[in-house]
Amino acid sequence: METTDRNLSRRNFIKISGLTGTALTLGIGFSASGKDMAIVRASSAETTSIEVNAWISIDTQGKVTIINHRSEMGQGSFQSVPQMIAEELEVSLDQVNIVFAPGNGRRYGSQVTGGSSTIRGSYQKLLRLGASARHMLIETAAKRWGVAAGDCYAENGEVIHKALGKKLNYGDLVTEAAKLEPPKEVKLKNPKDYKIIRKPLPRQDTPTKVNGKAIFGLDFKLPGMLYAVVERSPRFQGKVVKFDDSETRKVPGVKFVLKVNRDEFDNMREGVAVVATNTWAAIQGRKVLKVEWDDSAFPHHNSEELYAKMRELVKGDPISFRTMGNTAKTFAKAEKKVEATYETPYESHSCMEPLNCVANVTDDKCEIWGPIQGPDWIQQNICGHLKLPPEKVIVNMTFLGGGFGRKAFTDYPYEAVMISKEIKAPVQVVWTREDDMTIGPFRPGMVYQCKGVVTEGGRIGSFETKISGQNMDLQNPGADKSAYNSSDTEGFLEGYFNSIPHYSFGDSPLDSPIPVMWWRSVYASTNAFAFESFLDELAVKAEKDPLDFRRQHLSERYQLLIDKLEAVSNWKARKKNEGLPAEASAKVGYGVAITECFSSIVGEVVKVSRDTLGKVKIDKVWAVMDCGWYVNPDIIKAQIEGSIIMALGASTKHETTFKDGKAVERNFDSYKMPRIQDTPEIEIYVMDNEEKAGGVGEPALPPFTPALTNAIFDLTGKRIRKLPFSLDSIA
Amino acid sequence: MATITLKLNNKSHIIDADPKMPLLWAIRDLVGLTGTKYGCGIAQCGACTVHLEGKPVRSCSIPVSVAANKNVTTIEGLSSDNSDVVQRAWILEQVPQCGYCQSGQIMAASALLKSKPNPSDKDIDMAMQGHICRCGTYPRIRKAIKKAAQLMAQK
Repeated sequence: METTDRNLSRRNFIKISGLTGTALTLGIGFSASGKDMAIVRASSAETTSIEVNAWISIDTQGKVTIINHRSEMGQGSFQSVPQMIAEELEVSLDQVNIVFAPGNGRRYGSQVTGGSSTIRGSYQKLLRLGASARHMLIETAAKRWGVAAGDCYAENGEVIHKALGKKLNYGDLVTEAAKLEPPKEVKLKNPKDYKIIRKPLPRQDTPTKVNGKAIFGLDFKLPGMLYAVVERSPRFQGKVVKFDDSETRKVPGVKFVLKVNRDEFDNMREGVAVVATNTWAAIQGRKVLKVEWDDSAFPHHNSEELYAKMRELVKGDPISFRTMGNTAKTFAKAEKKVEATYETPYESHSCMEPLNCVANVTDDKCEIWGPIQGPDWIQQNICGHLKLPPEKVIVNMTFLGGGFGRKAFTDYPYEAVMISKEIKAPVQVVWTREDDMTIGPFRPGMVYQCKGVVTEGGRIGSFETKISGQNMDLQNPGADKSAYNSSDTEGFLEGYFNSIPHYSFGDSPLDSPIPVMWWRSVYASTNAFAFESFLDELAVKAEKDPLDFRRQHLSERYQLLIDKLEAVSNWKARKKNEGLPAEASAKVGYGVAITECFSSIVGEVVKVSRDTLGKVKIDKVWAVMDCGWYVNPDIIKAQIEGSIIMALGASTKHETTFKDGKAVERNFDSYKMPRIQDTPEIEIYVMDNEEKAGGVGEPALPPFTPALTNAIFDLTGKRIRKLPFSLDSIA
Repeated sequence: MATITLKLNNKSHIIDADPKMPLLWAIRDLVGLTGTKYGCGIAQCGACTVHLEGKPVRSCSIPVSVAANKNVTTIEGLSSDNSDVVQRAWILEQVPQCGYCQSGQIMAASALLKSKPNPSDKDIDMAMQGHICRCGTYPRIRKAIKKAAQLMAQK
């Protein structure tokens, strides 16, 4: 790490954060090569080649401001980022203010909130940032008192010299501290001394989210702003032949009707926008708009057709991703073997806040406000299309009413920008629920063919998976369709690769005009159903306890998690219904699944039983997460609860199907969501260790479904290999 | 178009609206109170729930003309300083994640607690089953309703 004092654009920074007066302002900078990281301080001159991400600033009142470079979409970055900074800076959380950073890839580095990366991607840098500022403040106080810095310490926003009985507030020190060189090396706290990190402190965004004050994208308004809804081709790639807006223009409030494109993976998709003085008028205007589409250039798929094709594709030779040994030969020769095919559905993200975006394009500038996961991507995209330099394209983040991958995408802001540019007024594009649910992109449907071998000793001798489904990376024009999908093993425990002698993972991508995209936990959300169901089938073949069967293949870190899961779920005694007659044990089923996703390992046990009417119900879920170093256990618990409930929906409630090239499910009356009465009891544990930080927002989703279906097998002997299924339909 | 008097949170607003416009859009776009959310437009998700004469209703599916001259309470009218017992319970139990559906959830919970100050799990299921939370905050919503009942009992 090098330490550099660079002349950052302080004026620009002050403008961003609204700070005035003298302040100690530090950021994390990257050299042009991107390899070196440095703590840098703001000076008064212009930006140089060093750019900075994640700023903190302390003003003369001792108030700390953090510029958050990531979205807040429910996952808690608004709380976890300040908790990290406050810990090393030695201030209390109420001294910390947090603001959203506008999109600026050059300034903040990657801002895309995805891959559960907010903490795991930047925690060491953020800790160092806080510690560097603390160090500079201590040094300043020591100099003023004429004592050694080593004899002073910081606490609660003050530097203290105990022996002299002296104290100075940070605010009194910042002006001088700002003149110091940031330290070359700083010592970070020992986790056992943490006072703020690891504490279940309440989220700072909660108060604004219970009284209607939190501003989501849909709530953002500009003076004179108009509202637009867009009629988009229901068959995804249709082109506008012509449209008749004579009735639309009669609707009171309708101001403009115009053709508009949107940029979907660098492909231009077409639509017709109705712009009005309020959302309702725009919706009414669209109802009477007549658009003629040309959708002759691409196939109009049905779900049945897509799955038939995928089932064929997994029988052929896949594009090989990761192999060891020879699975085909081992399988052919083996005595104890299992073969199974699993299928998972297409899904809509269905964030509670439908897609929307505000844009205001003027002669030389473009400003955007919206619920956005990838502000820097949008900035880059719009700069390219409008031929504007980055400083003329400002992308502002509001709170996100859910994201789950969908709001990392540039299509909906692009559309808003193009409409505003055309009508020369600020505009909010609103996607109705029907738009949001039928236009995509969707989580791709997948088919998995698994072949496995069990050895004489009851271990996995061979594990082969062939995957078919639409590859999300192949949608851009000119994509290399012969490339393997590097996500083929997502969800599988890394530990198995060291202990399974023959394995093979490969894919045969399906080609379809249906747009597809990341959905919470991405490929692991579907892969894990196949992998962990199949492991359960192998354990049955091996006549081994499903936990023991997994444990024998895994190293210590995994084993510790398995031990914990076994203990908290009372796994060993699961069939002994204490105090109940023996036949009661036949009425409960237990299933387990353990997956790895975004550097975190999660194991879940599901208990099911039959109610008095013989219906299967979920009694309880136990989840143990090993996400390594972590910040806020309550936020982790909330994310695990949410992940489990989202998985419950995707396995037992909803799916998107296609008929004649169109999405069938258009709203929550047909795309059924899990509700409060469907929610099982959930008990959660977080492993304590000092491994590197892993993701939190997504990794608890993948294991739930296979743990549930494995439990249903345990109860009923019925193996569920196709999702979604209805709990009511199990005989 | 018609001139309509909307009584929102004890304040009268005179608006010029298509009488068929759903109350939701009148509140959001014409009056400018954005705490009440659009989620589905067909009374399936509960995000738009407000109180009409004290009863929880789906503002996306009620024409604004029906609400004219009647008392409408939105999340902003519950309290702006989070002093309301349901808001306090929501904070104590750390319910919201993304927060988008919570205005509707809170309005439904508030109406439930008015009619049943000590609701059972079954009562909670009945009152809250029309509300979708995609983040999956249901376990905490249940806890928070029970917490609010407790706080009310302590008064």
